[in-house]
Amino acid sequence: MALQSLDIVRRSATTTAPPGVRESYAGTVAKLIDTTKCIGCKACQVACMEWNDLRDEIGTNVGVYDNPPDLTEASWTVMRFAEYENPKGDLEWLIRKDGCMHCADPGCLKACPAPGAIVQYSNGIVDFHEENCIGCGYCITGCPFNIPRISKRDHKAYKCTLCSDRVAVGLEPACIKACPTGALVFGTKEDMKLHAAERVADLKSRGFEQAGLYDPPGVGGTHVMYVLHHADQPQLYAGLAPDPHISALVGLWKGVSKPIALAAMAFTVLAGFFHFVRVGRKEIDERDEAAGRQALEGAPQRSAPQRPGSAPETRNPDKRP
Amino acid sequence: MADVTRREFLKVTGASLAGSSLVLLGFSPTAALAEVREFKLARATETRNTCPYCAVACGVLMYSLGDRSKNARSSIFHIEGDPDHPVNRGTLCPKGAALIDFIHSPSRLTRPEYRAPGSDKWQPISWDEALGRIAKLMKEDRDANFVARTPEGLSVNRWLTTGMLAASASSNEVGYLTHKVIRSLGILSFDNQARV
Amino acid sequence: MTNHWVDIKNADVVLIMGGNAAEAHPCGFKWVTEAKAHNKARLIVVDPRFTRSASVADVYAPIRTGTDIAFLGGVIKYLLTEDKIQHEYVRSYTDLSFIVREDFAFTDGLYSGYNPEKRSYDKSTWDYEFGHDGYVKTDPTLEHPRCVYQLMKRHYARYTPEMVERVCGTPKEKFLQVCEIIGSTAPPNRAMTVMYALGWTQHSVGTQMIRAGAMMQLLLGNIGVSGGGMNALRGHSNIQGLTDLGLMSNLLTGYLTLPGEKEQEYDKYIAARAFKPLRPNQLSYWQNYNKFHVSLMKAWWGDAATRENNWAYDYLPKLDKGYDMLQTFELMSQGKMNGFICQGFNPLAAAPNKAKMTGGLAKLKFLVIMDPLATETSEFWRNYGEHNDVDPSKIQTEVFRLPTSCFAEEDGALVNSGRWLQWHWKGAEPPGEARTDLEIMGELFTRLRALYKSDGGAFPDPIVNLYWPYAVAKSPSPEELAKEYSGRALQDVTDPKNPTQVIRKAGEQLAGFAELRDDGSTLSGCWLYCGAWGPNGNLMARRDNSDPTGIGQTLNWAYSWPANRRVMYNRASCDPSGKPFNPDRKLIAWNGTAWTGADVPDYKADEDPALGMGPFIMNAEGVARFFGRGNLAEGPFPEHYEPFESPLARNPLSPAQEQTLSNPAARVFKDDRAAFGKVAEFPHVATTYRLTEHFHYWTKHVRLNAILQPEQFVEIGEGLAKEFGIASGDRVKVSSNRGFIKAVAVVTKRLRTLPADGKPVHTVGIPIHWGFTGLAKPGFLANTLTPVVGDGNSQTPEFKSFLVKVEKL
Repeated sequence: MALQSLDIVRRSATTTAPPGVRESYAGTVAKLIDTTKCIGCKACQVACMEWNDLRDEIGTNVGVYDNPPDLTEASWTVMRFAEYENPKGDLEWLIRKDGCMHCADPGCLKACPAPGAIVQYSNGIVDFHEENCIGCGYCITGCPFNIPRISKRDHKAYKCTLCSDRVAVGLEPACIKACPTGALVFGTKEDMKLHAAERVADLKSRGFEQAGLYDPPGVGGTHVMYVLHHADQPQLYAGLAPDPHISALVGLWKGVSKPIALAAMAFTVLAGFFHFVRVGRKEIDERDEAAGRQALEGAPQRSAPQRPGSAPETRNPDKRP
Repeated sequence: MADVTRREFLKVTGASLAGSSLVLLGFSPTAALAEVREFKLARATETRNTCPYCAVACGVLMYSLGDRSKNARSSIFHIEGDPDHPVNRGTLCPKGAALIDFIHSPSRLTRPEYRAPGSDKWQPISWDEALGRIAKLMKEDRDANFVARTPEGLSVNRWLTTGMLAASASSNEVGYLTHKVIRSLGILSFDNQARV
Repeated sequence: MTNHWVDIKNADVVLIMGGNAAEAHPCGFKWVTEAKAHNKARLIVVDPRFTRSASVADVYAPIRTGTDIAFLGGVIKYLLTEDKIQHEYVRSYTDLSFIVREDFAFTDGLYSGYNPEKRSYDKSTWDYEFGHDGYVKTDPTLEHPRCVYQLMKRHYARYTPEMVERVCGTPKEKFLQVCEIIGSTAPPNRAMTVMYALGWTQHSVGTQMIRAGAMMQLLLGNIGVSGGGMNALRGHSNIQGLTDLGLMSNLLTGYLTLPGEKEQEYDKYIAARAFKPLRPNQLSYWQNYNKFHVSLMKAWWGDAATRENNWAYDYLPKLDKGYDMLQTFELMSQGKMNGFICQGFNPLAAAPNKAKMTGGLAKLKFLVIMDPLATETSEFWRNYGEHNDVDPSKIQTEVFRLPTSCFAEEDGALVNSGRWLQWHWKGAEPPGEARTDLEIMGELFTRLRALYKSDGGAFPDPIVNLYWPYAVAKSPSPEELAKEYSGRALQDVTDPKNPTQVIRKAGEQLAGFAELRDDGSTLSGCWLYCGAWGPNGNLMARRDNSDPTGIGQTLNWAYSWPANRRVMYNRASCDPSGKPFNPDRKLIAWNGTAWTGADVPDYKADEDPALGMGPFIMNAEGVARFFGRGNLAEGPFPEHYEPFESPLARNPLSPAQEQTLSNPAARVFKDDRAAFGKVAEFPHVATTYRLTEHFHYWTKHVRLNAILQPEQFVEIGEGLAKEFGIASGDRVKVSSNRGFIKAVAVVTKRLRTLPADGKPVHTVGIPIHWGFTGLAKPGFLANTLTPVVGDGNSQTPEFKSFLVKVEKL
């Protein structure tokens, strides 16, 4: 991947600094998923597969509407359905489109050891380049939202590209275009926040006092955001993380992976890391988490990979002039 | 820790080391690697159509291979919503967004077929033979069962032993021609999908 | 739809009842979200299931399936009692003041004139009282005890909120909350739209459900206004067009009707349809019937249709009864049919009681299938295990399966739910040897014509004389046919006010149905579409989407019947003096000399409103009818009757007699009645429906949709699941008295156990989309379970409410 294409600001496991002069002066892009307008029709799932030339398996029904039941290498987005009886006794059917959040501070990219397998463009899109992927699965671990999937067919990681090929020529992503009810909206991140504010005001007028925008600061904000009726309880939406962070261990891994220390530290770090891969972040107790956070805070976040002159880390795509 | 097998451990560390070693060397691969996926519609031929499913009648844009020159056989490879259409404004539902797989469904019929009485299989038949046989069967039945007058002497000119169900997604032109033909034969057992 | 999709954005309240727009019409539903987001609209969903429409509603009210008239009757009573009506509208634009005959009566659930043996009514008492001047008597004070207002008030007095709860199972508070929001649209500047579909039509009282909805809308003054209307969301892309074009047993094109066999005289046939005005100074537009009819006969039989032969009246078959689908399949199963043609229709899947359907098809001599896809009907004779357990060797039907093009491979027009005729263009050739339907019908006809010309046969005249001017006889082009149904002048057409003035020269396309004549000088295959391909070309292909007033009126996009009008009855959006009730959403207004505005007026364009012509010009009354006269089979006011398979033994609204449990005027064939199940054996109520991921029986052939919903399932509530120990993902067997299906169970809170006359009843939800052909996992046709009984008027089968039992496998 030439670093110049689409103005790459970050590239996994790469020391070469991308050209740093051009910036996204018109603003970064964002997808806003308004769960309060979503009817769970799955047009986005189809549009995604259709545009990206993907076809998932024809599976089975496991007793729910969710189908395919989880993200796969061919299903880069899925709808997750949750039935919730609110305190008033009324039923709510909370439906959430799941998929890559395009974090401003992407844990996948930070965790990825394969040079150029994951890139972040100046417009905010985090993209996978499968030709560089080694199939190690660290991106899954690094992802606070459990999004990437390794294909059994070619052992490479796949996820939503935010239709980087469409956005590159000035079009909206395929899912956005298809969405029948306007639950998916696309534009600059700033415009999306304004739009979300209008939606939140409307929802409050309909009795959803806790309506709000989901743009989690723990990952530097995201380029895929949600409008939620119950922003105080994101977990109601099929387990949306209330306060996602990149795993402390990813920070640690990056922190100690300075080239010189690598060989010596490899055993200890990787063993710990692998435990995390296997068991997942839910198993990490609070003490570990706190320690991790401390470790992260110890190392200045902006220069987490600590590569001298690493321009990408200093160019936050969300920072508008 | 106890869960880690030696093989797994080596796999993980090996991969990481390989990646990191490249970084160590300051190697940044640029050549022979793909750019952003090519935008696939750049010179595709665009045709405007209407979704054939429900009666919202969303406008669709069909993108096909070839530029309609003599030697190019058009084949539709992508469909998306027509942003100019006042109703759907570019959007499509999960059925409309999947139209490409309807056009290319493995269930599409591609040649006339015939199933003989008592048979458990199809056999191919030519158009000429099929239409000739159908016309003959229809005429035989009509000539045998046409009712010109009732026993009471009312002129009724009807044919009740053959019927037809018309489509729900065929065009006005097909519907109009079908109606014209069917009534000219005196058929009354005639209905369309609106009934159900 | 009286209105159109985009107009829904102008609504203040949206009621989705008898439909599930979010799932069945997602892209049209967007205008509901727009109304909510930009017009502060409130969305109400009334449905037996908490659907995906309900998931974005402000209020959801559950209802037991098949009880919508009880609910709507309750709303009507609420509006009348609480005085939530648009007074000026109902006084001037409806029949509330009309006086009804003294011998009209309603007792114990039956109207006057019932004949229990025939299961039908003598409707002669269901009429107005006429004065010596020949016009209907009225009482503008609305105090006359037999005026429509007083009769209606009395009729719905029984429909109290308590009765609604008892019949429908809807909690009283929820019902009253819905009433209050509906009632908020009575002021002239507020509008509610009603969106319905097969959730109303697929009942034995479907037509009356829709009528009840329309009556509610009339009381609120919501018909003819922007953001209002009764909006039938049609389910297939050209079901509207095929209905407009009259592809039904009893119709000709444009809602003209075929003669009955008793109508042997042409003049009487026309006179019975060219309704004379029932009140002074009314237009009664059907007085033009003869012009439409003669123009049609000229389009079909050309020079062979002459004044002397009553425009080929003899060529038209005459009805002794309707031969709708259910009647046809009854005859088929009695062995009285020999041949059948299915053009893009899959009746084995789409018709009720698959076993009866299979038996009928097996008795045919020949079956012709024209379809782009391998349908179940085309393989009804093939054994697919328990999904289609037949013995091919015992089925003697000859079957022809002819491959056709699909939408992408043809030019032509489709009519959407909002009555827009939209042209589309071909993008590729059909696969293999597949042909267009026009080529198939064209060649089939020309072969038949050749046989009749050479060999003679029964009454060959209408066949050999059929007007067939097409350049390639065996393949008429879409353009030729579109021009023909739109219409052209055969001779110079002159202005009736000035016969020396030629308004249309011979050979020219006509601009609209006002130019049609009854003297044989014009041809139009469908008067309703006249002008769609006018003197200025194909208006259906227009693509100017400008909306100058911002209320969604894109008059230069495609063509809308009638006369490019987008909102029907739009004269009723103005007060009697011609001022818009709601100036912010003005459709038309009287400017002193003419009616102008954002729409084509549904009125005489230069009629001074002071002259008192009513806005409902297609009605002989000039106004809208609450009192349905003899137009429907069951009676002039909608009355609740239970589904034919009901969990109840008596109708709570007319408990006195057993015969009023279910629709007393619905046609039921003997074998079908014998196949009804009883609640003792089949204790659960079932309803069938679409899922948003699929379209009918087509998309199981479409990989992307098969991925989204791969396998057949049924939905059951937590109550039923608990009772039978069923968990989500378990396999269950659902049986009716006609057969069984097996499927995965989806256990959900979205299907509630509701009380039916005090007794708890579980509802089983049965999505329809599976079958034994296609890419999705093989399944059972849902219509294996459904009963054969139609609505009393439309004969649409009762798919929405029947009895089943559920067993865990």
